[in-house]
Parts: sequence; C-alpha cells; structure tokens
Amino acid sequence: MRKGVAVSEEDKLIGSGKPDPGDEHSSAEHQDAGLEPAEGAARPADYQPVVAGRARAGMFGVSDAGDTSGYGGLRLPAHVAPPTERPYGGWFDELADDLLEALRAKGIAESAIQQVTVDRGEITFYVHREHLVGVCWTLREDPSLRFELCSSVSAVDYGVDVPQRLHSVYHLTSMTYRRRIRLEVAVDVDDPHIPSVVEVYPTADWQERENWDMFGIVYDGHPALTRILMPDDWDGHPQRKDYPLGGIPVEYKGAEIPPPDERRAYS
Amino acid sequence: MTSADPYASARETTEGRVYTVTGGDWDEVLEDAAGDERIVMNLGPQHPSTHGVLRLVLELEGETVTQMRSVIGYLHTGIEKNTEYRTWTQGVTFVTRMDYLAPLSNEAAYCMGVEKLLGIEVPRRAQIGRVLLLELNRISSHLVALATGGMELGALTGMTNGFREREEALHLLEHLTGLRMNHAFIRPGGLAQDFPEDYQEKVSEFIKVMDKRLPDYDKLLTGNPIWQARLKDVGYLPVDACLALGITGPVLRSAGLPWDLRKTEPYLGYEEYDFEVPTTTEADSYGRYLIRLEEIHQSLKIMKQCLRKLEPGPVMVDDAKIAWPAKLTIGSDGMGNSLEHVRKIMGQSMESLIHHFKLVTEGFRVPPGQVYVPIESPRGELGYHMVSDGGTRPMRVHVREPSFVNLQAMPAMSEGALVSDLIAAVASLDPVMGGCDR
Repeated sequence: MRKGVAVSEEDKLIGSGKPDPGDEHSSAEHQDAGLEPAEGAARPADYQPVVAGRARAGMFGVSDAGDTSGYGGLRLPAHVAPPTERPYGGWFDELADDLLEALRAKGIAESAIQQVTVDRGEITFYVHREHLVGVCWTLREDPSLRFELCSSVSAVDYGVDVPQRLHSVYHLTSMTYRRRIRLEVAVDVDDPHIPSVVEVYPTADWQERENWDMFGIVYDGHPALTRILMPDDWDGHPQRKDYPLGGIPVEYKGAEIPPPDERRAYS
Repeated sequence: MTSADPYASARETTEGRVYTVTGGDWDEVLEDAAGDERIVMNLGPQHPSTHGVLRLVLELEGETVTQMRSVIGYLHTGIEKNTEYRTWTQGVTFVTRMDYLAPLSNEAAYCMGVEKLLGIEVPRRAQIGRVLLLELNRISSHLVALATGGMELGALTGMTNGFREREEALHLLEHLTGLRMNHAFIRPGGLAQDFPEDYQEKVSEFIKVMDKRLPDYDKLLTGNPIWQARLKDVGYLPVDACLALGITGPVLRSAGLPWDLRKTEPYLGYEEYDFEVPTTTEADSYGRYLIRLEEIHQSLKIMKQCLRKLEPGPVMVDDAKIAWPAKLTIGSDGMGNSLEHVRKIMGQSMESLIHHFKLVTEGFRVPPGQVYVPIESPRGELGYHMVSDGGTRPMRVHVREPSFVNLQAMPAMSEGALVSDLIAAVASLDPVMGGCDR
C-alpha cells in the first residue's frame, strides 16, 4: 500500500487535507510490529499469509449506526501470523534442524512445513494437511525429537471472511527434552478435511471428536468421528463464529438488556 | 417378562430387548436373559457411583465387563464459546466454573495465558498468593477425590472424614477469597485484592488441623485390608498406555513417571519451593490413593513456605490500563464493591469514574497472537490455548481439560474387570464432569 503511492499523489492528498479512510495517512499505518508482514522479508513464491484475525473498522465495532467516537475512519487490517526468519533463538533452531533432517530421511519434502512462527517464546509450525500425519510420526519417533505426548488438539475458527478460517492446532510435548511445540493446519470451511492423527497419538481420539462436534472439521481416518459434547442429533457446529451464542433479552429495572452476542462490543 | 410393573418393563427395539430396571427386579431380568450371556447395561448418567453425570455403557458377561464406552456431554454449558463474548477479565468468572473442584487452577491458568499474551509479569506477592491458593485448592480437591472414592467403594467413614476436612479447606478459602467456590479471585494482572489481615493465623491454624487429622487416613484406609483388596491391582494402567492416551496427573505418577509440571516446567516460581513428587510403580488405584494422600502433605509443606515468603507489596500489576480499577473488599456476603472506591469515583474524581467505566465495560486490548499455558491441576495437565486477534475479547479459549483426556483411559482400565472394579477405576481417575464437558 505504502509503496504504490507516487510522491505527487501524496502531496496532493496532504494538500487537499482530506485523506481517505484507511489510506497511508490513517492511523492504521501506525501499527505495532506483527500486524503486517515486515517489509522486504524474503518470501517463497507460493507464500500464503496465515490470516489469524479479522479486519476492524472504527473504535466500537459498530456496523449498523454511525461511530460516534470520532474514529470512524480507523481501519485495522486483520492480523497475519508473521513468518519468523532464522535464527529463531534458543533451542528452536536445533529443533527445526533436527525436524527438517528427520523429514528428509523419511522422504517428506521440506515444503511440508508451510511456515514457522516464533511468538511469545512458543514455536509454531504451520503444516500442509497432506503431510500432517507424516510430520507427527517423525516428531514422535525420531530420537532427536521424541514428542511422546500430544497434550492438546484444539481448533480455532477465525471468522467468516477469513481465508482458510478453520485451524486445527496440536500442542506436542517432548517429555524427554522438556520441549513444547505447536503444529497448526489451516483449511477452508468448504473443504474441512484434515487427516486424523489418532494412529500416532491415540489421545487425539476424543479431542478430534470434540473439534468435529464444535467446528465441523472432518478428521479423515478417525476410528469413530461422532459428536461427543452435543447430542447426536444436533444441527450445526456451535463453536463456529457464524453460529449464534443464543440467549434472550432480559428486562432489568425497566431497561431491556440484549443477550451477550447482541450487545455493543468494543472489540 | 411377566411383571406388570410399568417402570420395569421390557420392550423390543432394533438392538434387541431393552429392560428398564429399577431395583429389586434383577432376578426377572436375569431369568429372562438366561442363555444369552451378553447384557448391555447403562451405568449412569445419574448414578451415585459414576462420579457425576458420566454415563458408562457396559457390555457384561456375568459380572465381567467385556466392553465399555464412556458417554459424556451431559454437563456441556458452552463456557469456551461464552468467553468469546466477554472481556478478558470477565472470562475468569466463566472458567472458574469448569472444574468446580479446582476452580483456582482454572483461574490461574487462564490468567497466566492472558498475562503471557499481554507480556506482563505479575508482582511477587500475587505469585506467591496464587501458589498458596493453588495448593490449598489441591488439598480440597484431593480430599473430595478420597471422599467420593470412599463413598463409591462403600467406605462411608472415608467420605464423612474427607468432606469434613474439605470443609476446613473451603472455610479457609472463603476467608481468603470471599467465596467457597467460583472465586474469580485470580485476575489477569494479579489477584482481585490482598488477603485479609489475619490470613497468617488462619492458614497456620488450617495447617495445624490438617497435620493432626491427616494421619487418621492412614489409620482408617491405608492399612485397611478391605480398602487394599478393593484397590490393589485394580484399574491398572502402565506408563506406555498413559503416554499413548495422554493421561497426566496422579494416574501417570502412579505408573512411575515423576511428571509434575510444577517440577518439570515450573511456573509461578515453583522452582523456589521445596517439595517432593510422590510416585508409585504399581500403576493401580491403590497407588493413586497413596499419591493423592502424599500430595496433600506436600501441598501443606508448600503452603508453609508460602507463608514465610509472603512479604508486603502490591498484588496487582502497576499498569492502570490493565489492573482492575475497583478496589474490591470482602463484605458479609462475599467479595463486593469497596465503599471507599465508590465514594471516590462517584463523588471526587470524574477521571476515575471514566477510567473505571472504560476498563470495566470495554476491557483492555490484548495484542494478537496465541499461547498455550499448561499447569499442574489436581487432575493433571490443565492447558489453556488462548488466541487473541487484538480485541478486548478472546478470539478463542480452548481448555485442555485433564478430566476430559483422562476419561479416555476408562476402557483400557476396566475391560476384562468386574463391575465393582470399574467403579474403583473411575474413582481413581477422579474426573470432574464440569471440567470434562465444559
């Protein structure tokens, strides 16, 4: 956005005194690091940003009426998990080297790892779904990795307009080396298929059933992918962002309080 | 079936004949089923021995369980979804209601997740206070595990004793936090308020009482031949099965692996405390009983060290953009408004009022990203996977609940055993269905 604007245009905009909402003069340009990928970073040709959030406008998240805060023109782009460049720091580099080497030994292409992100002292490997099971086997079996315990399999729905909105997130623990990593697989809501890791980690059984129940992610190869928390004949997947929270308005001291998902939100 | 009892009738279904048994009519069922040795039976979800609303579908041959499947979800309340519609601080009041026997573990893990996302560190007094509360909560939770476990096995004195001691723990929790359960006392940034002035004496009194009464359990249960006969070699789960099924907590330690996150990945300064991680190698229900009992002793030891470490200081971060503005106090009906604070914002400082209003209704923004925070709850690894997209509400809060994961071990622990052993196995897992179903 910033690069494309010619100097003369910029002068004109400043001169007119009326910047368009969301252009280079808006406060959306003054983000903290991490909201947008760093400029000039080397990207592979098939780079696909991992969108992990939704774009925002204005101050109070108002969509139906005017934003009275005076910040109606504020545009915040959706958060994109930024790929981290080497060195990752700490034991992350050693682990990544060991993993890539073990993957090569197993005949899995390096491109199985779509992206590596180090954030808040945690490392995340974004994995293409067709290689997930192979990567998990490698992580569990390779003597230099030894992720014996699959701590958690959770899922995230990043919202209706986000590409590849459904993410399946695996938290693996190496008890041998006292290390934790995160694997993440993103899929489109129209094709929510991810191979099951139950054959590698039997503990994923119920957790994958929960993700199917709550998000509608289909784990191919799961021994019995049925609902687990909701009743068997339930319609829909409640944790999806487009599934309403439910609730009814309540009268309190003469005023009507709308249900939580219809109240004014500031997020 | 000849009985005309409307509640104990038989009806034909596509799966075979289904009986509704209400008690006292087993003879008729067995007479009718004689020759066909396989019986499919529902145990629960409303059954005094299933540790809450847990339903176990058993396939029986005589009294031997040949297959068993757990059915859960009866207590699903959508807490994870609800947190997405509240501010980060309000989330505490939801997560504390999940595992209702270990509410403070949930609060602590949740708040540590928010703090990791924010990149802040809570003051030392708050950290030690959290440890004190967590260990007190571990004691009360393990006491319930012993008590309900005793009840399920018919050791009713174990039940009454366990609940008596737990009552002491809850009294102390009420004195410290204002509430017996669902405290919402640990908040993002620290604690909701400081401990009351006489907390040292009260905690010391509690430790004294517990030190006196805990040996009673050894007299009552540990050496008791019936207790041993019911628990030894029952619910066997070796360490490889634990790892494959993701089992953590006392069950894993009973299989011989000293995996306790307080030691292996210390948080809240646990590395400063001197305590042991008890293990056994029997991998059975009796080992788990011994471990829970010993962990109560170790928790008392940690609480004593907390008392020595606690020094005056703030219990909430200094950042006024995060710290809860209301200076809550404990009244006669629990934790509530501080009159002093209300006087200030209503009568003296318009800015304080605005600040209070903004922070309470709008909340604070959390930089986008995701974290996974594991802690050692009384039942095992309690992990919070929290995602922020930069807003004042969580994008996603997922709880890796030890009860949920550990219940997967039920078929491995009970198939081939007797029904009575299955009850002992459930009790040794100590699942809390509020946490399991969330």
